[in-house]
Amino acid sequence: MGSWLARSRNIQYLLKRNICFFDKTHSLLHANSSYKTLPPYETPHGFCASVLSFRRSESTMAGKQAQADDDDGNQSIEFPGGRVGFTTEMDFISEVTDKRVPCYRLLDDDGFLISGTTFEQPDRETAARMYESMLSLQIMDTIFYEAQRQGRLSFYLTSTGEEAINIATAAALSPDDIILPQYREPGILLWRGFSMEEFASQCFGTKDGRGKGRQMPVHYGSNSHNFFTVSSPIATQLPQAAGVAYSLKMDGKEACAVAFTGDGGTSEGDFHAGMNFAAVMEAPVLFICRNNGWAISTPISQQFRSDGVVVKGQAYGIRSIRVDGNDALAVYSAIRAAREMVVREQKPVLVEALTYRVGHHSTSDDSTKYRSVSEIEQWRSTGNPMTRFRNWVLANGWWTDEHETELRGTIRKQVLKAIQVAEKTHKPPLEDLFSDVYDKTPSNLQEQEKSLRETINKYKQDFPADVPL
Amino acid sequence: MLGVLRRKVACQGAHAWGLEQGLRVIASRALSSSAKETMTVRDALNSALDEEMSADPKVFVMGEEVGEYQGAYKITKGLLNKYGPERVLDTPITEAGFAGIGVGAAYYGLKPVIEFMTFNFSMQAIDHIINSAAKSNYMSSGQISVPIVFRGPNGAAAGVGAQHSQCYAAWFGACPGLKVLTPYSSEDARGLLKAAIRDPDPVVFLENELLYGESFPVSAEVLDSSFCLPIGKAKIEREGKDVTITAFSKMVGYALQAADILAKEGFSAEVINLRSIRPLDRAAINASVRKTNRLVTVEEGFPQHGVGAEICASVLEDSFEYLDAAVERISGADVPMPYAANLERMAVPQVEDIVRAAKRTCYRSTALAATA
Repeated sequence: MGSWLARSRNIQYLLKRNICFFDKTHSLLHANSSYKTLPPYETPHGFCASVLSFRRSESTMAGKQAQADDDDGNQSIEFPGGRVGFTTEMDFISEVTDKRVPCYRLLDDDGFLISGTTFEQPDRETAARMYESMLSLQIMDTIFYEAQRQGRLSFYLTSTGEEAINIATAAALSPDDIILPQYREPGILLWRGFSMEEFASQCFGTKDGRGKGRQMPVHYGSNSHNFFTVSSPIATQLPQAAGVAYSLKMDGKEACAVAFTGDGGTSEGDFHAGMNFAAVMEAPVLFICRNNGWAISTPISQQFRSDGVVVKGQAYGIRSIRVDGNDALAVYSAIRAAREMVVREQKPVLVEALTYRVGHHSTSDDSTKYRSVSEIEQWRSTGNPMTRFRNWVLANGWWTDEHETELRGTIRKQVLKAIQVAEKTHKPPLEDLFSDVYDKTPSNLQEQEKSLRETINKYKQDFPADVPL
Repeated sequence: MLGVLRRKVACQGAHAWGLEQGLRVIASRALSSSAKETMTVRDALNSALDEEMSADPKVFVMGEEVGEYQGAYKITKGLLNKYGPERVLDTPITEAGFAGIGVGAAYYGLKPVIEFMTFNFSMQAIDHIINSAAKSNYMSSGQISVPIVFRGPNGAAAGVGAQHSQCYAAWFGACPGLKVLTPYSSEDARGLLKAAIRDPDPVVFLENELLYGESFPVSAEVLDSSFCLPIGKAKIEREGKDVTITAFSKMVGYALQAADILAKEGFSAEVINLRSIRPLDRAAINASVRKTNRLVTVEEGFPQHGVGAEICASVLEDSFEYLDAAVERISGADVPMPYAANLERMAVPQVEDIVRAAKRTCYRSTALAATA
């Protein structure tokens, strides 16, 4: 207080008083963000916290009060980006906060609606379809995984434990929204109508389906479902999503780009570029991070030291929320709200969905080598997304156990049949080796194809009999 | 110097200089149809961009300093004023970022022209160029086409050291899915850039900083806005019968100078301006070698796995019996580019190197050490 009095004697200081009303009221205007409540502070002389200390309040060191007291509030500088107030207190923004950003959920661990919540709930038809799709995804994953183990497939990766993220997100989006997946989001294709036969065709690289045997399993892609072909390098889809979104914006379409990544993907340079760019260009991208705790064998603690991924949004000027990824209802609700913001305001939003990768990273991985079986089992049972959502639809009378048993049987048969058929279907013909390198097959490739055919015909014994010519 | 250029400088009051220049040229053309106009490579590129952006609203330009600064090398001068910030985007410093965004925009159906301040920086984006742009059409079985153009200066400038001087023609030329173009003259620049922008496949367009300011004569046909050169066709810059010299970009100028010197000494050299590294015009190269029976390949880049190596292989495979001498490869030295002026001069091909190599193919009877 003494220092304040000394300052107030300074005429210059009085003349340059800058009355800005960045007080507690202002902070409440940002209520739709996931800021936790600001610590109360006094404003004895009516001056306000500067923008700087307002932002700092979230990470203030414990016990620090009286924000108004520790900066002049008068002197400030019009710096590119906005006015910055000054302070004589040397306060470092803490690298960790006392409280982590809370996680939005609607169903408790057992699937009972937490009382007092208001949310946009899916109708009966949508909810039943959501559960059915989650079931299909789970069964499809189990059987395809087994097929790989049996040597019938070269590779597969499951979305076990992340069924809610897959399906609830798909249900909450519009079919016009363009998906740029990482690789653990086949549920979106499932929801949009990709059949078991099509999944099997891609995985087995047959001549049917649209893949022409070009990509390894689970690298699905379908223009007609607005689902961009999966690309293996991590996080490359993030700046690309900003580009797609920018194109949508230029077209004036009422749709957004939706880009997925895992926790590991946020370490890539492309994450920074994609987020930053989307914010600067005001591109309508919905960034969804599936934080499932593991990037192959790298746990979160070795991936980043921030409070997860949600806090990174603010660093780029992107609105963000943390949601319980194993709560299908919460995911549905949050994604619907986020999508609305993205399309209406034409700016990016980040959603971090907390979940757990129950399965191994892929069939090339044995995760028991780097994590305990008990940890895996614990997540498989407690807070399992399937169980929680099932209990909710059951409680609403929208589902029965009999229906489930029957459905499980049907889906299982469907998947098995699709695999059996795909296994026997011919692989793509020789011309698919050379097509689509360019828009039009160039002369050198036409020559190579011709030359290859001649060689095969001449030395039939050296080539497999099942290569359709 | 490049460090200065990379700082964003607001440039007020820029006008569409490229457009004015074009108008002046057209006006003077109307007055005298026989007068030979000249145009710098810079203006050629600028006018090509301008015309393609005018013709197709899906074309847009993106890169560092392309807008307000009018382009690090002024290639995009006047475009921001004419087309606005939605079609001429200044980007933050992230090659990976804007290359990725360009690829995404192309996936959706726009036609981005991405500028790298120099292709040396394209390495920070190379995953997007190769793994995404080049391979997507194939991997998606034709569902995702990528009509994108990556352009910028390539190869050595003067006194800019190792990380600003590498030639990337061989690296990009190795990748199926890409088309790689190397213009030399203003006619090349206009025709090939227009072709690149109109092409549905991803194109890597390798320019040369030192050529930007050079003027070349341009005919009325070249100045027409519908002018376009075919991709994959080389140009015989100078006909000859004793030795074939292939070159691209700046080295075409050197090869032509070498041909002049050789002519004075009684050698007739045929100079081929490759124009297109991928697809390589093997037909033209082989036809020429079958005529002259001798070949010298010239490039600025590193020798191992270079463009010359591919040309040698092609000629050996297709025209072996026509060769009267071993093929000579002239390339940059197998070292990162040094800075000191004397060392830099020793690290890049000079006209005399080409002359000596051509003579060797004509006299050669014993194996010589592979130095120029």
